[in-house]
Amino acid sequence: MTATSDYDSGVKSTRPVAQSDRIFGSLTLAAAVVVLLVLLGVFASLVMGAWPAFKEYGLPFLWTAKWNPVTDKFGALAPLCGTVVTSIIAMVIAVPVGLGIAIFLTETCPRVLRRPLGIAIELLAGIPSIIYGIWGLFVFAPFMQSYIQPFLIDTLGHVPVIGTLFAGPPYGIGMLTAGLILAMMILPFIASLARDIFQTVPPMLRESAYGMGMTRWEVNRHIVIPHVRTALVGGIMLSLGRALGETMAVTFVIGNAHRISGSILAPGTTISAAIANEFTEATTPIYTSSLIALGLVLFILTFIVLAAAQWMLKRMKQKSGA
Amino acid sequence: MFITRLTLTAAIAGATLASAAAVQAADISGAGATFPYPIYSAWAKTYKEKTGTGLNYQAIGSGGGIKQIESRTVTFGASDKPLGGDELEKNTLVQFPTVMGGIVPVVNVEGIKPGELVLDGETLAKIYEGKITKWNDPAIAKLNEGVKLPDAAIAVVHRSDGSGTTFNYTYYLASVDETWKNDIGVSTAVEWPVGLGAKGNQGVAANVDQTKNSIGYVEYAYALQNNMTYTDMINKAGKKVAPKAEAFAAAAANADWSSQPGFGVILANQPGDKTWPMTAATFILMHKDAKDGAASTEALKFFDWAYANGGDAAAKLDYIPMPENVVAQIKKEWGQIKGKDGSAVWSMNH
Repeated sequence: MTATSDYDSGVKSTRPVAQSDRIFGSLTLAAAVVVLLVLLGVFASLVMGAWPAFKEYGLPFLWTAKWNPVTDKFGALAPLCGTVVTSIIAMVIAVPVGLGIAIFLTETCPRVLRRPLGIAIELLAGIPSIIYGIWGLFVFAPFMQSYIQPFLIDTLGHVPVIGTLFAGPPYGIGMLTAGLILAMMILPFIASLARDIFQTVPPMLRESAYGMGMTRWEVNRHIVIPHVRTALVGGIMLSLGRALGETMAVTFVIGNAHRISGSILAPGTTISAAIANEFTEATTPIYTSSLIALGLVLFILTFIVLAAAQWMLKRMKQKSGA
Repeated sequence: MFITRLTLTAAIAGATLASAAAVQAADISGAGATFPYPIYSAWAKTYKEKTGTGLNYQAIGSGGGIKQIESRTVTFGASDKPLGGDELEKNTLVQFPTVMGGIVPVVNVEGIKPGELVLDGETLAKIYEGKITKWNDPAIAKLNEGVKLPDAAIAVVHRSDGSGTTFNYTYYLASVDETWKNDIGVSTAVEWPVGLGAKGNQGVAANVDQTKNSIGYVEYAYALQNNMTYTDMINKAGKKVAPKAEAFAAAAANADWSSQPGFGVILANQPGDKTWPMTAATFILMHKDAKDGAASTEALKFFDWAYANGGDAAAKLDYIPMPENVVAQIKKEWGQIKGKDGSAVWSMNH
C-alpha cells in the first residue's frame, strides 16, 4: 500500500507526488546538513579562538595544572579533572538509581502510583539548572556541611587508602556536592528515558518469560535489559553528555578553585564552570584564548565519550550476534 | 550539551543587545564593577524619579566593564582598577573616580558579632595563603584577647571572577606581606592558594553566609545590606579601626589625585591613625571620541547630578563622595569627550 493511493485515487498523474517526495527529501537532507555545518562552524571557531593559547603553551596545556592570571600561565588539567570527577560521581549514583526507578515504574509499581510518579519525574527533569544551583547553595550545601561531610570525615576519613578522598575541612560546597547535584539533575533524565525504553519491550516477550516460571529479577536481568541494551547505553551516554557540560548548577556549588585535590570534599572547578565564571572578566587576549581552549577540550571530550559509546554499541551487537 | 547552551546564550545575549539598543534613547547604559553597584542603583532610582532618564547598569565586574567600553557596547564602563596612562591613551579613554568605599573582611564564626574580631594585614594575608588554617591560631588569638575562638578550620572565600575588589584587596595584601607580593601578586584575578571562589560581591556574601567558620572580603555596602559580621583592622599606624565612613575618608584625605593620569590613585594601606587600610575609589571610563554624543551627554549629566546631589545617598551606604576640588578637575577632563562632529559633548553650563 502506498501513501498516495487513497488520497489521489489515481485521478492525477503520479508526477506531482514524485516531485513532492523529491522536495521533501531535499528539505530533510538540508536540515541534516545544517546540523553538520553548525557543528563544523562551532569547531572551527573554537580552534581559531584557542589557537593563540595552543601556540603559546603547546600540548602541555592539557596536563598543566597552573591557572595564574597574574603571570598569564594557564593549563587545563584542574578543570578537566573536575569535569571528569564530578561526572563520574554523578553517573555512579544516578545510573543505578535511575534504572531502579524505571524498572519499578514499568514492572512492579502499583497502577495507581504509576501516573503520579511518572509526572513527578518529568517535572524534576523540567526544573531549570539554575534552580538546582540556588537550592544547592542555600539548602543542600549547609546540610552537607553540617551533617554529611563531618560524618564522612570522621568515619571514612580514617580508613587507609580511601581516607584521602574524604580529607579536609567540611566546606559544604565542593566536588562531592557538585557531583550529587549533578546526579539529582540527570536522575530524572535517565529514569524517564529508561522507562520509555523499557516500555518498548513487547509484552509477549515478558509474558512468555513469566509463563516459563521466571522471577521478576530474572525477567528484568535476562529478558528486558538485554533486549533494550543498545537504547539504554545511548540514553546513559546522553545523560553523561549532559553531566559533562552542565554549567550553572555546578558553578554554584563546586567552589570554583583551580586546584586538583585528592579529596572529593575540596573545592574544584569544571571546564564549563570556569568559562562561565571568567569569560566576561578575562582581561588579556591569552586569558580569553585559554578559556576558549578549555571549551575546545570539552568539545573533544564530549566527542570522545559519544564515539566510545558508538564503539561499545558496535561491540555489543557483534557479541550478541545481531 | 555545551554547544546548545552556548548557542542559546548567544541567542539570548543577541536579543538582549537588540532590545537594549531600542531603549538606548531613553536610558543611559553602563557596565562594570560590582563594588559601586549599590550606590549607582540608589542614585539611578532617584535620578529616574527626578528626570525620567533611567540608568541601565550591569554589575558584571571591573574586567567586564573595561572590555565592554573598549568594544563600545556601552556608554560608560566602570572599574575599581584604575587604568594606567598608556592604557587610557591606547583606547582614547577618559577616566574619573565617582565615589570611594571600603573593602571589609567578613566572617561567619559562631558567637562572633560585627566588630568583635580584629585582624591585621599580615594575619589576613597568612589566612589567604593557607598558612593560618584554624580560628584559634595563636596569631589570631594574640590580636583578640578575651574573644572565644573555635578550634575549627577556616573556610576561605574569594572572588572567582576578575574583579576590582580583588585588585584592591590583593594590592593591600601585597603591600603588607612579602610572600604575597612575590608569590601571588596583584591583579583582578590571582592564583589563590586556598579557598573557594564565588562570583561577585553578592556571591562572596552568600557563600560566607552559608558556610560556617568562613572568611571573605566584600565592599562595605554589601556587608551592611546583608547584615554580615565584619572585622576591625589594625592599620599602617598600628591603630585599631572600624570600617566606617570617617575611616574611609581619612584614607582619601591625603591622596594626591593629580599625581596619576585619570585620577588613578590606589588608596590601600595609606598612613594616618584613623585610616581604614582597605579603602578604594571606583572609576568610570568613557571614550574621548564618543560614537553617540547625545548618550555621552546624558551619562555626564547623570554623574554631574550625582556629584552635586548624591552625597546623602552615598553616606547612607558608607561610601565617600569625591572632594569638591577633585570634582572640579574631573569636570575639566570631561571637556575632552567629543561627539562625531568634533565638538565637546559637555560644557559647564549644562
